Amino acid sequence: MENKTIIAETNSKSPSLGGVGEASYIDLYKQHHESIKKHSAAVMNDSRDASFALFEELRFPTTALEDYKYSDLKAALAIDYGLNINRIPIPVNPYDVFKCDVPGIQSYLFFVVNDAFYPTMDAKALKLPEGVIIGSLKEIAETRPELLKEYYGKLSTSKKDGLVAFNGAFAQDGFFMYVPKNVQLTKPVQLVNIMRSDVDFMANSHNLIILEEGAKVQLLVCDHTVDEVRFLSNRVTEVFVGEHAIYEHYKLENTHTKTTNLSTLLIDQRASSNVIANVITLHNGVTRNTVEIDLDGEHCETQLCGMVIGDKNQQVDNFTSIIHNKPNCNSHELFKYVLDDFAKGGFTGKLLVAKDAQKTAAFQTNRNILLNKTAKMRTKPQLEIYADDVKCSHGATIGSLDETAKFYMQSRGISEPEARLLLMFAFTNDVIEFIRIPALQDRIKMLVEKRLRGELSKCEGCVICQ
Amino acid sequence: MLEIKNLHANINGKEIIKGLSLTVNAGEIHAIMGPNGAGKSTLSSVLTGNPAFTVTEGQVTFNGKNLLELTPENRSREGIFLSFQYPVEIPGVSMVNFMRTAVNEHRKYKNLDPISATDFLRLMREKKELVEMDNKLANRSVNEGFSGGEKKRNEIFQMAMLNPLLSILDETDSGLDIDALRIVANGVNKLKSPDNASIVITHYQRLLDYIIPDFVHVLYDGRIVKSGGKELAYELEERGYDWIKKEVEETAI
Repeated sequence: MENKTIIAETNSKSPSLGGVGEASYIDLYKQHHESIKKHSAAVMNDSRDASFALFEELRFPTTALEDYKYSDLKAALAIDYGLNINRIPIPVNPYDVFKCDVPGIQSYLFFVVNDAFYPTMDAKALKLPEGVIIGSLKEIAETRPELLKEYYGKLSTSKKDGLVAFNGAFAQDGFFMYVPKNVQLTKPVQLVNIMRSDVDFMANSHNLIILEEGAKVQLLVCDHTVDEVRFLSNRVTEVFVGEHAIYEHYKLENTHTKTTNLSTLLIDQRASSNVIANVITLHNGVTRNTVEIDLDGEHCETQLCGMVIGDKNQQVDNFTSIIHNKPNCNSHELFKYVLDDFAKGGFTGKLLVAKDAQKTAAFQTNRNILLNKTAKMRTKPQLEIYADDVKCSHGATIGSLDETAKFYMQSRGISEPEARLLLMFAFTNDVIEFIRIPALQDRIKMLVEKRLRGELSKCEGCVICQ
Repeated sequence: MLEIKNLHANINGKEIIKGLSLTVNAGEIHAIMGPNGAGKSTLSSVLTGNPAFTVTEGQVTFNGKNLLELTPENRSREGIFLSFQYPVEIPGVSMVNFMRTAVNEHRKYKNLDPISATDFLRLMREKKELVEMDNKLANRSVNEGFSGGEKKRNEIFQMAMLNPLLSILDETDSGLDIDALRIVANGVNKLKSPDNASIVITHYQRLLDYIIPDFVHVLYDGRIVKSGGKELAYELEERGYDWIKKEVEETAI
């Protein structure tokens, strides 16, 4: 296979040897950083060597780190993945194979295949509002560097995180979106990440999203895998939400059990902006979502929520962090997990209220249901409050299904499995209620129900998955 | 319809029902009275198949079927309904979804197609009127945030929706004011027919002014120790339970 790449040549060691994989990526960068840079853009290359140096220092995160203690990535990171540094085209047309779009959703549809933005089929036909720019990060970094120069890496390069540093060294492309002042998109933008390869494969991509003052956009990100090989995706998304801007970010993961999905979402909110981020994991292998939201202006509103349905040996860790830097902001956080079989869940809710951030209102809830004794959930609220006039609360619970409610339903003739299903569905429902795209809300309700019924092992209605 | 013979049941090894026998025929209303801790609520739990209780001895047949072998859901589908003493709140499950699922499960058991949306809405409207239930309650989650009276009315509403052969009302009068009691009792009386039967479990005679029983049984220490007509309820109201306890103890000696 032609898209089998350099890494496979340099890394022929046994995949079970832990740190060996790490060393081979370091060698790879040292030998091939010129090719990596050649196939990327100057703006991205400016910080590349520094990111690599940081990665050399930090290495891949292990469970010994406080922020990664619920994410056991050792096995996933030790696999001998291929990387497509020389940007060999992947033989797939997502427009032909992708049928997963939410019925009834009218969206602006874009694809990232593995780690590269896929050329938009008919950009003019999309009829994007004037001034809105959506496309390949690499291309726009070359043709319009002034647009992203002051933003690219601004949130990510300061992060002391091995995965983010690795991404900074290896990411060559990604999704770019710019929405100018006061432009409000009436249709959601849909970004579909498709993983397609004949060999075990790693994709690093960097997304950059800029909303100027008063702009509004809803972004739906879907992760899909096409082939039955092992995939690892390490994606970093930076979002800049200007004053009075409204940004909604919905991430729906529906991948197979051989997938490792590492994603870092960094959001910077300016005064009076409004953000909803909703991270839903319906089906996966190993997932680590890091979400960090900085409130850098007064009167920001933030709603961060997520849901996980896990069974088999699935592993999902949501590490979240909301930082109140300025006064008079409200944040609400809600995460719910339903875990069965040997699934492992992790949740961290970091909340930092800076000394000056008076009149902060911040509420955090994490509720979890374990359906048997072998599923595991670990949850950690982590509040650091330095201001004295604030309203903050947090709650975390781990329990099982309510037996009295189940018996009550059975006593009305509802079968035991159906009663369990109704209870689980009810449990996750309030997270779904926070989706403001009606067609997406309906679709996710349907998908969650199918998932809970055990009918969904891959994406629904997706031709390539069947 | 229902025949209980020498029933013994325990919870966590503690025997509560100690050899109870009772026969209920179609068209009859039986009241079961008795002091606290006599086993009244245990009887309703055992009849509906609550997994917390274990039957150690005896037989229960319902229309010729061995009731004890049936799952709780199949007991319901066969026509047994329990109005809970403490109805359960189920946040996130709407009354409409709950009732539609229940009605359709009953229909499936009888090999009928699922109910159409218009028929279901008509049925809901009709039965809501029977217990004077607020429209808004039907759109809320099951029992969530309902007052005590609303919860009991909701039980009778569900009973009306499922149209059982045997309804067991477990302390339906507890915590009800006189108006709510009248509404609940009216609902029960309107649902009465020659084909169905009721067991009314109560501590006080009060409810029996509204739902007139054909038979009154006194349950004490896990057994029925005295049976009679409705006049027995008045006697109990007047004299309390102590004379019954004394009678039982004397016969035991």
